[in-house]
This record gives sequence, structure tokens and C-alpha cells, in this order.
Amino acid sequence: MSKSRIPTAPAVDPEEFVEELVRRYPAKVAKKRRRHILVRDPSEPQSIEANVRTVPGIITQRGCCYAGCKGVVIGPIGDMVHITHGPIGCGYYSWLTRRNLFRPRADGANFLHYCFSTDMQEEDIIFGGEKKLREAIREAVELFRPKAVSVHATCPVGLIGDDVQAVAREMEEELGVPVLAFHCEGYKGVSQSAGHHIANNNLFKAAVGRDDLEPSSPFAVNILGEYNIGGDAWEIERVLERCGIRVWAVFSGNGSIDDIRRAHTAQLNLVMCHRSINYMAEMMEKAYGIPWVKVNFIGVRAMAKSLRKIVAYFEDPDLSERVERVIADEVERAERDLAPYRERLAGKTVVLFVGGSRAHHYQDLFRDLGMRTIAAGYEFAHRDDYEGRHILPTLKMDADSRNIEELKVGPHPEKYRPRLPAERAEELRRAGLIDHYEGMLPDMEPGSLVIDDISHLELEMLIKRYRPDLVCSGIKDKYVIEKFGVPSKQLHNYDYRGPYAGFRGAVNFARDIDSMIHSPVWKLVRPPWEKEPCLRAELTA
Amino acid sequence: MLHHTPAVVAERKALRINPAKTCQPVGAMYAALGIHRCLPHSHGSQGCCAYHRSHLTRHYREPVMASTSSFTEGASVFGGAPNLRQALATIFDVYDPDVVAIHTTCLSETIGDDIPSILKKAAADGIIPQGKRVFHANTPSYVGSHVTGFANMVRAMVETFPVPAAERMEAVNLIPGYVEPSDMREVKHLAKMLGVDARVFPDTSGVLDAPQTASFRMYPSGGTPVSVLERLGQSRLTVALGPTASEPAARFLEAAHGVPCRVLDLPIGLRATDRFVQTLLEDAGGALSPELNDERGRLVDLMTDMHAHLHGKRVALWGDPDPVVSLTEFLADLGMKPVCVLTGTPGKRFELRVRGILKKTAPRAVVGAGADLFFLHQVVKKEPVDLLIGNTYGKYIARAEDVPHVRFGWPILDRVGHAHFPTLGYRGGLYLLTRIVNTLLERADRDAPDEELELVL
Repeated sequence: MSKSRIPTAPAVDPEEFVEELVRRYPAKVAKKRRRHILVRDPSEPQSIEANVRTVPGIITQRGCCYAGCKGVVIGPIGDMVHITHGPIGCGYYSWLTRRNLFRPRADGANFLHYCFSTDMQEEDIIFGGEKKLREAIREAVELFRPKAVSVHATCPVGLIGDDVQAVAREMEEELGVPVLAFHCEGYKGVSQSAGHHIANNNLFKAAVGRDDLEPSSPFAVNILGEYNIGGDAWEIERVLERCGIRVWAVFSGNGSIDDIRRAHTAQLNLVMCHRSINYMAEMMEKAYGIPWVKVNFIGVRAMAKSLRKIVAYFEDPDLSERVERVIADEVERAERDLAPYRERLAGKTVVLFVGGSRAHHYQDLFRDLGMRTIAAGYEFAHRDDYEGRHILPTLKMDADSRNIEELKVGPHPEKYRPRLPAERAEELRRAGLIDHYEGMLPDMEPGSLVIDDISHLELEMLIKRYRPDLVCSGIKDKYVIEKFGVPSKQLHNYDYRGPYAGFRGAVNFARDIDSMIHSPVWKLVRPPWEKEPCLRAELTA
Repeated sequence: MLHHTPAVVAERKALRINPAKTCQPVGAMYAALGIHRCLPHSHGSQGCCAYHRSHLTRHYREPVMASTSSFTEGASVFGGAPNLRQALATIFDVYDPDVVAIHTTCLSETIGDDIPSILKKAAADGIIPQGKRVFHANTPSYVGSHVTGFANMVRAMVETFPVPAAERMEAVNLIPGYVEPSDMREVKHLAKMLGVDARVFPDTSGVLDAPQTASFRMYPSGGTPVSVLERLGQSRLTVALGPTASEPAARFLEAAHGVPCRVLDLPIGLRATDRFVQTLLEDAGGALSPELNDERGRLVDLMTDMHAHLHGKRVALWGDPDPVVSLTEFLADLGMKPVCVLTGTPGKRFELRVRGILKKTAPRAVVGAGADLFFLHQVVKKEPVDLLIGNTYGKYIARAEDVPHVRFGWPILDRVGHAHFPTLGYRGGLYLLTRIVNTLLERADRDAPDEELELVL
């Protein structure tokens, strides 16, 4: 007992565990939650419920539509002024709390250290906040002269009927600065996911395709759904540039509005976070003819595999030779640096409950380290992220998400340019190389657990029964998990470290995971007088 | 860093930049965590609850539990009663708290959900189990700040729990204000030293500074028990620390239960602590203890020892009104010059109090309520200061202007200690003063040319 911090994970029958788990709920809740949980069985096609409303009172990890729009997709664009239209909280909590790093361009503009809000007061709720919003945009433009402004609606805005899009159009005309308005009220949809969609729609309509500057490289790619947490995008860019692949625009980590405006002239879109940006990938393909490839830059083998996907797309012998050289070199170094950690981590078990993509991406990196993912799930992913995009035609929209606009996009009259001959595109599509994501399920071990929108109760029971060596989740769970004596890695903000993407990131990650799991402190939690019988000697004369 | 901030202040009517406040519900959530076996509940869409839990967690590095009604668009239009009923059923069945403390958000406030009638019906329908307590505070985010939310929740506690008293007891109610668990411990320590039987509420010590024992407890050992809250109406006196956070509850106890109250400044610094101690001695039946004189004497000793390093130093400080008022007085007593004193929380009293304190020390000081850190930065750009004192957000200004920064207030997201070491009381003053002095000395060491680097300071 005193030797190891964690008792050996007991042999748990996963099916029994799931039954035990849902038995803890009232009948109606149990019925609902049962559909969000499955035990992986590769022998049959499996289906999970996802992207439906949260059970009130269940203690969810989820956030809201505003967080998905302003906090995730639009907020990282560093040379824009992002104004939150609402009372102060929403802007305040999304101020510098996601670690989407930004390096200013030549013009020096960087507004990420600022928080802008209309700070709505009671009178704005009663009489409407449009006047204040107009004035706020005016003041922002006068003070900061940004290249563009965004406006994000919060809960009360929709209820009192402020038309932020009309205000944006008006102010754009008055000030001569683009103003992008997002109706991302917190109650829309059922999670952050709705906000991603709303952000994609308007960014596509109002920014993409506005500047026709062509890249000088024939291998110009955009990275979609990469938010540069802890510098991830910079490490990915380092490797790609070394391969001779030009990163043209990133949506939206280290993002500049200028890059996004000209993104439609790239040759290929690389989709990192499928959930948050697949809308953009699809729309850009329809409007401009750019195919997309699902990549995963997390993990050594995943990184190499993703580079080879890009090579397969471009079919250029020089490029492919260069990429193979880079892979050989980078992999060798990474493997050498990882080896000592792998020795100490192999066989350890991990569970992953993260937003809408990392619970899948990081499984590759854990495999590199010889660690086993025994349970995983998303807060707000949809069924296609679990089961693969082939199920999309069967998805039904439920009442809670029906009001999220679905843009109808067709080929742009002047700018549509198919990047591949039709038959080649069809061939790549059939091979699953382009326009496809196979989802998380196929990557999960038989008998592992998949839980969507995990609740506090479920997480707690999972930890108690499985005693994993590591739990990856977010800030709200971190200290809950560690109070159980189990180390917890935040996979949203990386515990203020990183980068974890790319070859070097994998090594950073291994070092950090090793330091957590093998920290001396875990063995010191129990006081010695509770571990050893108390010995008392008596002095006799 | 922050190089878009101009030194010249232009009037802003609408755009808030880098706020020095946040919204009500997070204060209410914090207050509710100060009740034993209580689960805070956020009646709104779930984003608020996630943000508030996250922010409290970042500040305390502790689990922060709370549930939410998880409004959807439908509920936002037709009302959130079904969500709240479902939430209560699930909460009691699954998480079994003794108390659920509901607060609202701008969403449920704007649509006007009538929580008392929802709760009445829920109780009648058996959704609230026998012996369990559910109460609520209205905390519209578009009014006041997080401090207002704290005050509203504490007031809701005294509207809910105290039972009519047959007789007066010797006990004294003590509302410690919107302060850290360490400060609540310090307040209890002072009361105990003076022999005052204090009923402290809310009390987050033992909740948000819980020990690591390798066994998670959803409801930690701390928090004011309901049995204590029920007896608040019998006390001989209420001492409310920090008028913004604590006065509404104290006044309610006075009006509804006839418990007289003394509303004091937060006991930060020497004189505010003296006034608190005086009140305990004169009005609360306390008896002087020699140990207390020693504690006070140690603080005064440090003040005299280090005075030369502090005298005339120009300070900009910001934060919540109650702590900032007291800190301003303390800094003035240390011979420092608070030249810019701001709070994001609106209210006229703040400016009057601070101006009164600075009448002699810094009559030209910039003082304001409802202000933000963008403005503060502009002020210190124009007239530089030697020290910044305020929450973590000030670190960007500190770097931009190359000024040392002492972290004080809420939230502190990039340092530790605030949950464990008090700033209240004489011992808190000692800790706070130590950090101020050492920060200035670190800076003096850094700036000294080699030939002038001193071994002894």
C-alpha cells in the first residue's frame, strides 16, 4: 500500500459499471444519460447520443454559445477589437483565460490583452442597448484604429431585441471599418458548439475571400481549428515550413484578420479541430474549391501521418522527398527524447474528458508513450466526431439547435477554382483522404468507455472504480480529481505549459506527464502516523 | 505590452475596457459556499455557471461545486420553471446537499422568472425533500458588481434562516465580508482571543482551503452550519465588516429580528483593526487579552522598522470598495501616497470615504468608483507611481510601465498564498506589509548599480 500511490486498477466489468452508474440517477435522467454512454465494441457499428440539451442540475462541464463564438473561434484573432455586448461578466471571464497566443504582425497591433465590453446596466436592459453599442464601437475605433471590430451578443441581448447585426452594418458604414456581429447569445444551442457554428458563418460571410493576394508557394495551406494554445500553432508551423509547406492562414490561433481575408487562395485546408471549424472547411470547399484533410498534429506518429496525408494530396516528388527527410530527422530526435519517459509511463492508464476534439487527438500521443486510454468523451461534440462523418446524412436536428443558421453556399461566381481534377478528387474522397473524419470511436480500445457530456457524478464514480493513473480534463475538474489523489492534466490550457503539438510538443508533454505522475508529493499525502502503527516507548529509570 | 493605451484620457461613455469588477453571480456563488453542505445553483444558461466555477477555481486552486438550470432557447422564451424543478429533483437525488442556494443571472432576471413561486410549488409537489432547504437571491448581472452579488446572497441568508427569537443570547453575529478563507479564520481568531462568542457567516474557511487527503469531499468540513444561521436572530449584536458586502444583511437582521448592528470598515491595516477590536470590546462583551496587545505591537513594530522604505512612495491601487477603503487608510498610515484609488463597483460612498482618508496625504489623488483598469493605466502613465496594489489583471500594467506590483484582492490567478495567509487583522497587516516592503526592496536590489548594492537593508 505504501509503495504505490494508486492501488492497481481493479478489474472492472465496464457494462456492470455503466449500469451501476445510471442506477444512481432518477429514472428519467437515467434513461437519458444511458444513451450518452457506451462500452466500445468494434464488432458492431455503435451509436451514441450527443449534442442534446444538458440535464439541469446534473453538474455539467459545459459552457455556452458565447464562449464557443467569442471565447474560442473569434477571440484569438489578435489584431481585431472584440466587443462583448452585455453585462460585464461574459467579457471579463473570457479575458485572457484561454491561452491562444498571438504575435503581432508588422503593424504591431495586438488587442488580446484588452477586454472590451458595453457593460450593460439596468437602463440598457429596459430601454435597449443599441445606442450604447453604437457609441462603444465608435469609441473603440477612435481609440484603437483596429482593422476590424467584432461584436458578440450575450444572453439578455437577444431577449430585449437588440439587433447587433443592424448596428454593425450601420457602424461599418459610418466608420469605414468592418464590423462583424455575432448573435451568439449564451442560451442558443446546448453548448459551446452552437457558438462555433455562428462564428464560422459570419467569419465566412464577412471576411474570407475579401483579399485575393496569392501565396508565392505552390504548397500553401490553411490550418483550420488550431487555436495556438501555449504556442501549438507555432510548433506546427515550424515543422511545416521546414517541409516547404507554407502556412497561409490559421483559423484562428495567432490569427490576423488579414490572413483570414485571403485564406481562400490557399491550396488545401488542414482541419485540426473538426468540431469547431468543419463548417468553414465545407463552405470554403463549396465556394472556392479548396478540399480539406483531417489532420492530427498531436503525437509523434500522428504528426508524421498527417504530413504524409498532405504529401499524398499534393503528389509532388520533391515535396514528398523533403517531407520524408524532415520526418526521419524529427522522429529520430523525438523518439530519442521520449524514450526515457516511455519507460516510466508505459502501461499507465488515462481517461480524457475534453471539449470537442482533444479527447481524441491526445490518444495518439498517449499511445506514443505506451499509455492506455480507458475512457474518453467530449463536452459538446456531435455524433460525427464520435462515429465519423459518414453518419451525417442520418443526423436529425433537434428543437434546441434548430435555430442555428445553416448557410447555403454555392460556388463563388469569380473565385471558385477546383484545386483537383474531378476524378482525382473523387478518388481521394473515396480513399477517405480528403473531406473526411472517421471520428473517435474507431480509435478506442474494446471495452473502453465513451461518455458524452460527462457529469460530476459520473467522473467521480469513474475515478473511484477505475483508479486511472491520470485524468485529463479542465480547470473545473482538476482539483476535484487531485483531491482523490489522482494527478490531473488540464488539456484545455495545458496547465500553463506547452506547446504540446508537433514533434517537440510531444516531448514537452511526455516530460510534463511524467513529472505529474511521478511527483514525490503523491506518496506524502498520508501522514506517517496514519500509515505506521504508533510506537510508544517508555523511559524507565 | 498594452501599447495601444494612450496617456491622454478621452471621455468614454459606453466602452468599458479592462474592468475592475465582474458580475453579481460569482459573488453569490462564493457566499453560498460559505454555508455547510450547501450547493450553489445558478439559475440561467450554463455558461455563467461554468465561468464562475472556473474563475473561483483559478483563484483558490480548489474544487468549486455548483449546479445550473442549463437554460435553452425555449426556456429563455417561455420561462425557466421546468428547468429549475428538474434541476432540484436531480440535485437532491444525486448530490444530496442540505441546502441549495439559488442565484440568478442576467438571463433569468431579464425574463423575470418568479423564483419564490417556483420554489413554493416545488416544495408542495415534493421536489424538495423534507428537512432540505432551498433559498434564493436575485443577482442581476447588469446591476452593481460581484460584491453586490455577495451582499445579496448574504442578505438572502438572513431572510431565510433565522427563526424568531424568544430570548437574547450573548452571542454576536459576525459578517466577515467578501474576504478570503484565511481572513475569515483571522476574524474568528480575533473574536476568540477576546472571548466573544461569534457566529460567523458566511464562512468559507475549511471549504476553499481544504486539505489534500486523497479523498474528495463534495461538501468539505467548513461552512456555517444551518443550525447557526437559524440562531442569528437571537444574537445581541451584529458586527458587519465592509459596508458594501455586509451591511444589507446586518440591516435586515436589525429590522426583522431587532438585532442591533455595527457596520465597520474591513479590518485591514492598523486603525481599521483597532476599530474592530474596540467594537468587540465595547459592544460585543469582549475582554482584552494581553496576547492581542502583543499582536498589535508586532505590527506597529514592523511599521516603525520599515517606515523609511515606505515614506512618500506613490501607489496606485484598485479592487473592491471595502478592502480598498481600508487599504488606503493603512497605506496613508504607513506614510505612503495613494495617488490613484479606484474600484469597478459603482457607488458614491467609496469616493467620499477615500477622499476623506486622503484629505491630508494626497489631496490631488485620482479617486473613482465605476472605473476600469484602462483608465488606471492612463493615470499612471501620465503621473508614474512606485507601486501597484491590486488583483492579477494589474500585471500587464506593471510590465508595461515597469512598476512593481503587489497582488491584493480578487482574483489572484497567478500567485498563491491569498487563501492561506490573511490580510485582515494585525497578523494580516503584518503579512500584507511584509509583501509590500519586500516587493519594494526586491525592486531596489534590482535597480541598484553594482557598487551600490547593499547587503543590509
